[in-house]
Amino acid sequence: MNVTKNFLKFVTAALFAAVVSDPMAAIAQDKPDGVDKAIGARQGFMQLVSFSAGPIFGMAKGDVAYDAGAAQKAADNLVTLYNYPYPDLFVAGSSKEDRPGKTRALPEIFANKAKFDQYFADLQAAVGVLAQEAGKGQPELAAAIGAAGKICGACHNDFRAKEF
Amino acid sequence: MRKFLTVAALAIVAGAATFWLVTAPRTLAAGDLPDHRGDPANGRTIFFAAGCASCHAAPGTKGEAKLTLSGGLAMKTPFGTFHVPNISPDPAHGIGAWSDLDFVNAVMRGVSPGGRHYYPAFPYLSYQRMGVTDVLDLKAFIDTLPATANDAPAHDLPPHLRWRRLLGGWKFLFMDNRPFVPIPGASAQVNRGAYLVTGPGHCGECHTPRNALGAPKEELALSGAPNPESRNPFPNITPHADGIGSWSEDDIAAALKTGLLPDLETFGGAMIAVQENLAELTDVDRAAIAAYLKAVPPNPTPGKAR
Repeated sequence: MNVTKNFLKFVTAALFAAVVSDPMAAIAQDKPDGVDKAIGARQGFMQLVSFSAGPIFGMAKGDVAYDAGAAQKAADNLVTLYNYPYPDLFVAGSSKEDRPGKTRALPEIFANKAKFDQYFADLQAAVGVLAQEAGKGQPELAAAIGAAGKICGACHNDFRAKEF
Repeated sequence: MRKFLTVAALAIVAGAATFWLVTAPRTLAAGDLPDHRGDPANGRTIFFAAGCASCHAAPGTKGEAKLTLSGGLAMKTPFGTFHVPNISPDPAHGIGAWSDLDFVNAVMRGVSPGGRHYYPAFPYLSYQRMGVTDVLDLKAFIDTLPATANDAPAHDLPPHLRWRRLLGGWKFLFMDNRPFVPIPGASAQVNRGAYLVTGPGHCGECHTPRNALGAPKEELALSGAPNPESRNPFPNITPHADGIGSWSEDDIAAALKTGLLPDLETFGGAMIAVQENLAELTDVDRAAIAAYLKAVPPNPTPGKAR
């Protein structure tokens, strides 16, 4: 009896899935458009930033031993990355409200683009300072990444949702 | 009819008397203060643990300028906008003319030297848990800071909240005027953390959800709450999976020291200034905060979609 009921439930769920979610899936599986590509590029950029900042975070927190050469290299990589005009990737129609589930970018970015661009300019400057300080010693590195990190956190708090 | 009027009049008088008694400011008396000479060195620790400068320094100031407590921050809340006052040692515009008792009653009872209730945007619900000697030390430290003659504008509140006497009723409901009580059986470290978090640190003022009257729901302590200034809520900081359950004590202590979180994240919003304050504490105190935060009940985030 239970088996029959469960089977019926399964069939019903499968039918619903076919009727309701298949067209949605079809839309989602459509060829990525320009907005999708921009969102993907943003997320790829942030992965590069994260990966490059990893050793600096570790040394600043004392999780790994300070190594002037490794710190300098990581900071230089961040300078390279932040020479890229990242804000240009926020093309029209690419907020979390336009593409739910795809991005955490809040629509406030587009309503307040000047503030968003200012955060980016501030971070470019802070990363420049980081590259000057990184090789000097652990305290200098920690102070410089701490200053840059505040800009990261402030911008994320204003413009990035916690959830997709 | 006459009897009815007499009863009605008596009821009104009794009601008014009860209201007056319930809403009256409750303060400490001079005899309640210990014989203690304020120690500005410990006062500095309490100053940073209590985050005084985050609200009382001029908005946007950095470094040394944050020690000039001119007020002026406009604090947006669901109840209106509060304009934070000058608490620098200026005798006319700040609190330079206050006695030790005035200061203790302001911080620990939310009552001004003139006997008026302060609004609980001033986190006296937490500060009531502080030790009186710590509060006296805090005053000794603030007395060493620069005086400034700024006057903050009046609070911008809806009419029904402008009558401060009503706050006495709020305090009657939600404020017990009890000092911090150590957790039985907990280590000295956890209890130091508990004191810092629930007393001067006033972490729950943001991280604990509030009821309709704006009082914290203690059964949901530190489980996160809406943020009036951002779409991102104040996060859950209990050891639940919704909170910081995956963080070690070292992760918490390092985050408070450096601003760098696990998973290559960083603090944002008001927590940036909180972290700058907590960076001024000792490693021992930050470790105590971390130990306590790992020991509190792991509450799920209220209202989170599952």
